[in-house]
Amino acid sequence: MRIGLLADLHANREATEACMLALADAGCTQWVFLGDLVGYGADPEWLVDCAREQVAAGAIAVQGNHDAAVDDGSIQPMHEHARAALEWTRGRLDRSQREFLRGLPLQVVDADRLYAHASAAMPARWAYVSNALAAWQSLQATPQWLTLLGHVHDQAVYYTGATAQAIHFQPVAGAVLPLLPSRRWLAIVGSCGQPRDGNPAAACAWLDTGTRRLGFLRVPYDHERAAAKVVAAGLPRSLAQRLLQGR
Amino acid sequence: MPAVLQAGMQLGGFTLLQPLHEGGMATLWRVSHPDHGSSLLMKMPRVAYGESVSQVVGFEVERMLLPLLAGAHVPRFIASGDEGDQPWLVMEQVSGSTLRPLLDQAPIAPGRVAALGALAAIALADLHRQQVVHLDIKPSNLLLHRGADGNERIVLIDFGLSRHAQLPDLLAEQFHIPMGTAPYIAPEQVLGVRSDPRSDLFALGVTLYHLATAQRPFGFPGSQRGLRRRFYQDPVPPRSHVAAIPRWLQETILRCLEVDPDARHPTAAQLALDLQHPEQVTLTARAERLQRAGRIERARRWWRALGMEPERISARAAQAARAPLIMVALDLKQPDPALDLALRDTVQRLVATAPGARLACVTVLRTARIGLDSNIDAEGRNRHLKRLAGLRDWARTLALPDHRITFHVLESPDVADALIEYARNNAIDHLIMGARGVTGVRRLLGSVSARVVAEAGCTATVVRARGEAAATTSP
Repeated sequence: MRIGLLADLHANREATEACMLALADAGCTQWVFLGDLVGYGADPEWLVDCAREQVAAGAIAVQGNHDAAVDDGSIQPMHEHARAALEWTRGRLDRSQREFLRGLPLQVVDADRLYAHASAAMPARWAYVSNALAAWQSLQATPQWLTLLGHVHDQAVYYTGATAQAIHFQPVAGAVLPLLPSRRWLAIVGSCGQPRDGNPAAACAWLDTGTRRLGFLRVPYDHERAAAKVVAAGLPRSLAQRLLQGR
Repeated sequence: MPAVLQAGMQLGGFTLLQPLHEGGMATLWRVSHPDHGSSLLMKMPRVAYGESVSQVVGFEVERMLLPLLAGAHVPRFIASGDEGDQPWLVMEQVSGSTLRPLLDQAPIAPGRVAALGALAAIALADLHRQQVVHLDIKPSNLLLHRGADGNERIVLIDFGLSRHAQLPDLLAEQFHIPMGTAPYIAPEQVLGVRSDPRSDLFALGVTLYHLATAQRPFGFPGSQRGLRRRFYQDPVPPRSHVAAIPRWLQETILRCLEVDPDARHPTAAQLALDLQHPEQVTLTARAERLQRAGRIERARRWWRALGMEPERISARAAQAARAPLIMVALDLKQPDPALDLALRDTVQRLVATAPGARLACVTVLRTARIGLDSNIDAEGRNRHLKRLAGLRDWARTLALPDHRITFHVLESPDVADALIEYARNNAIDHLIMGARGVTGVRRLLGSVSARVVAEAGCTATVVRARGEAAATTSP
């Protein structure tokens, strides 16, 4: 089975549609949403409805810090623009949509895999896995063979070495990694809705559970349209600029 | 897993038939499977307590890479799995024997050494194209196989030390000692560089040296210090061991053994080209040497070795990979000045953008399908030389130095066949040929260029001269 992995979609409908199409082309028949469906982007209702529909059909979705903050804006200090986007998002979502976000689990264990938004070491503290040490801590917190995360917006892979440590590996776009069963793995699938590595193309990944391969994709999409919608919605212009520059 | 493996046991659906080899690193069994037939090989690393961790990691590397590799020069991956603590890997068993036994018969005739070297270089070109550097090339990892078509080819085996450019390098992260086989390891590998395809050319050079002379160029060092000796001490020139070795072969082998990867052939395909076309090898001082370099040269090598930094070598390796073999096919029987000009212009642009590129100028001399071999009579020889002169004349204004250009007159009853075969056998990266105008006959027979483009297996550019009318006079 091939599973499409999407994280940090951030209410970006154009990017989400493009990634889901590309992943379906790659043979994905299942979906996992790794948190942050909303925040920053102009289409929160569409994103929530889309995820809700997929979850009803068997997909898995976990909660991200932006999803949680829709309901209680005070859990974590956020920078000014994120907070502005959050206020705006809250006003756009109806009660049932907000309830869907509130009801999302922090982590889901599925067979030999763990799905979460942030580090498995402190799921409710939204710790970033941005280096090998943080990856090691997260890997220590779960017996699962493979951990799939979002939160950090750049794609990355960490795996256990033969000694007690995690080793970082930087996948290139289009890379397909055979995941050795003898190691344990943690992968960050990259941000679909707000890439920050200087490349505006949306990021996503797929997992083939049969062959144990993990594929990393970058999907070009109409990011100018997504940026124009951010401006038209009256959201901070810097958020539109981010989409244009991928920063 | 049971402590003792026995014939008839089942492992992951495979039936153990016969133990083949109880090596230091792994156990090999011939196995069968109802879906895959019986020419199968199961490899199992030794995982018992006290076994070196490098054996296990080497097995992991092979398990990761083999399923990704394809083509005629690697064994086909079948399956892998774990039986309790014991991992296993099943691949196709390729018939044939490695080059290891040949070492006992060395020195081997130079012609045969060159032929084997060319087969190995073609296999390496195919591997490097798949972004993998083998890093443990030696006679026992080069399997000589005779295909169903009767042609020999080399199949590369044992990828336990290999490196894929886009995958994690499990070995580099775990070990900080040079990894390789002492007599064959390239100098940059001694320094820990694991990303340069030209390291495989060095190891192949050691192999060819040994086959041709029965001597090891750098001995069999047993220490790190011994390994580093190859940085400054050049090998005894092969011709001083065996006088019958031609200069061109000494030139080619010694070039493989250069300390600086930049001084070797830029790609395996270029090495294969040299080994297959002795008359086209540019001879340098290497070809003439009859003794080891003196103290000054040793000091120069040593000095250069001091400047070798792993990061710089890696960066230059990427550049060397952009050293394509370009082939231009010319029709000298029906000259067409406008088309010649257009072809030359295209070729000029290509060789200018890739300074490592080499150009092979090729033309086909049509021979009768049945009848006398025209090559043996005086007239045929004369025609051959005339074509060669024609090729040189066409290329004159390109002003490429000798080591960047070669000339080949192929003889065949079928032009397209000859060009396709040449492009495939020489691992050509980019083929350039002219398009002829469409005439009645051509419409009937189909065009040569269309067939070549479809079947040559490389990038192909068909050049058309502007002003179509001028080109429609060909038959």
